[in-house]
Amino acid sequence: MPISVNERLILEKKAHELRLLCVNTVMWAGGGHIGGALSAMDILTILYYKYLNIDPKNPNWPDRDRFILSKGHIGVGFAPVLADKGYIDKELLKKYNHTGSDLAMHLDSLKVPGVDASTGSLGHGLSIAVGTALAARLLKKSHMTYCLLGDGECNEGSVWEAAMAASHYQVTNLVTFVDRNKCMIDGPTEEVMGLEPFAKKWEAFGFIVKAVDGHDFMQLSEAIDFALEEKSAPVVIIADTNKGCGVDFMEGDYKWHYGSLDSEKVEQAFESLEKYYQKRKGVSRNG
Amino acid sequence: MASGLTYTMLDATKLSTSEIYGAVLCELGEKHPDIVGFSADLAKSTKIGLFQKKFPDRFFNVGIAEQNMFGIAAGMAKAGLTPFVSTFAIFATMRALDQVHTDICYQNLNVKIIATHGGLSFGQAGSTHHCTEDLSIMRSMANCQVIVPADGIETANAVEAAYYTPGPIYIRINRGFDRRFYDRAEYGFKIGKAVKLTEGTDITIIACGSCVYQAVEAANILANADGIKARVLDMHTIKPIDKEAILEAVHDTRRIITVEDHNVIGGLGSAVAEVIAGSGKGCAFERLGIPDTFSIIGLHEDLMAYYKIDTNGILECARELLGRDFEADDDWEDEV
Ligand SMILES: Cc1ncc(C[n+]2csc(CCOP(=O)(O)OP(=O)(O)O)c2C)c(N)n1
Repeated sequence: MPISVNERLILEKKAHELRLLCVNTVMWAGGGHIGGALSAMDILTILYYKYLNIDPKNPNWPDRDRFILSKGHIGVGFAPVLADKGYIDKELLKKYNHTGSDLAMHLDSLKVPGVDASTGSLGHGLSIAVGTALAARLLKKSHMTYCLLGDGECNEGSVWEAAMAASHYQVTNLVTFVDRNKCMIDGPTEEVMGLEPFAKKWEAFGFIVKAVDGHDFMQLSEAIDFALEEKSAPVVIIADTNKGCGVDFMEGDYKWHYGSLDSEKVEQAFESLEKYYQKRKGVSRNG
Repeated sequence: MASGLTYTMLDATKLSTSEIYGAVLCELGEKHPDIVGFSADLAKSTKIGLFQKKFPDRFFNVGIAEQNMFGIAAGMAKAGLTPFVSTFAIFATMRALDQVHTDICYQNLNVKIIATHGGLSFGQAGSTHHCTEDLSIMRSMANCQVIVPADGIETANAVEAAYYTPGPIYIRINRGFDRRFYDRAEYGFKIGKAVKLTEGTDITIIACGSCVYQAVEAANILANADGIKARVLDMHTIKPIDKEAILEAVHDTRRIITVEDHNVIGGLGSAVAEVIAGSGKGCAFERLGIPDTFSIIGLHEDLMAYYKIDTNGILECARELLGRDFEADDDWEDEV
């Protein structure tokens, strides 16, 4: 079911709050992978506030949907979501990265409830996701697995090994996202190591590709609904996004892959995010 | 060694260890057109990006694809070029280990692996970016020499020496700044030869990497506060290990502590223990390091304190070890 205008506005508000919390977390942490956290925030929001069948009070519930954050470096974006969902105390975000904290740049599944896999070494997540999806099939469980990859991450051969397996085993209880923000650490993806024609690569590996605007909840939800229904082949949603989405001085700039923020910069970021939120609220495709 | 580099001029206090590495590689690259550089989307972070800027045609950023990177480097080495390959230590020694093993070490190719963010130096990142296993892993790769410099100046020496030493070499450096220890390059750095930093006859502290500075601090305190003479060895080369220096320490001090930013299994401590065990001599011995666990997170200095591989930890261990009994050796009358 596509989302209603009202649902969309609720998601817009949530994504906005989470972006603010992410910016604060980066400040508290003394630094963090903010660019890729902000580009992925709408995907995280729609998954955690619309699709994932989970119970924060029972994080190890065997029938829960699984979410594998393959681009594990965006802990500063993921932890605020987990805190907002009630998996962890929000106060803990203030100690993010501090010595002895359970919240590191890359979240540890043994320390942080709600984290289905310890990631951070790129190129591992899709294999794990294929594993949890295949296990569900074997154990006759109906839950889904969702996996989020970075585009730079797709340089790793292991991503394609996993893709090959997903289509070989016809793993259709899996929805794969790529956060196509077109940036990695050392530069734009197409300059460092070209990915294009990216969609064709996924197609060649047996996937059905849905290309969407990764900051448009309507498009995201249509694509996810499609993927949930589709049983002939695994689906990958290539979400066109902006690195640093919502913060004008970061947007599209690969140099904001990792950064730290003082209170002045936080203020600037908040201002920009507020404007961005107002703009997003105004845009409505079906209302 | 055909030296003549100007890195002694580098203001080592202003440059991080990896920046010194980058600068030295640029100088070497100027003189030796066979040097090529590689990184996997970590050119900026490892500072091999300095080489990239200077020699764009001789540098390859292969994207986030470490296995491919080491394979390509192997191919280039086969053609007589000298690849310097830089990524984080964990990805060099674990993500791409089969390529490092089979394509590089097995074929004894002339590839220099300069890995940054070693040990717990990227402490806040968590265990996916901590690297406390690499010395153990790389030490068991036949043909490969393993070096852990104490600071920026020693890194400069090691990188230069690596170029002039054929075969695979693994150099592990830290993220960011190290406490500067050496103030000039001419102290006789030689691969496989420990540097004796303090003379001592009561106990020997054998350290590598960031623990060297801590060991010397501890030795100074032992001398001033306890009247104890501690010998400190900068064991920058883990393989080939300097057996002679270890046997001499066993002979002269009979009490030995090793200290490293690495799992206590398989690294410097194990290498030293093997030599001691082989000597047949009695010796009080303790290994300081990470106690076979995935580390907690935090700042590097805090983690060094937590795992007792800092000055205080070494002091505590030294004082305990000085009181410890070990089986005396009747025929061993030449103990000092
Ligand atoms: C195997 C591996 N190699 C290198 C890194 C270091 N690293 C962390 S993030 C990153 C860039 C990721 O780019 P991308 O996947 O596009 O993520 P995003 O832009 O969405 O943040 C790199 C190279 C890593 N974490 N894992």
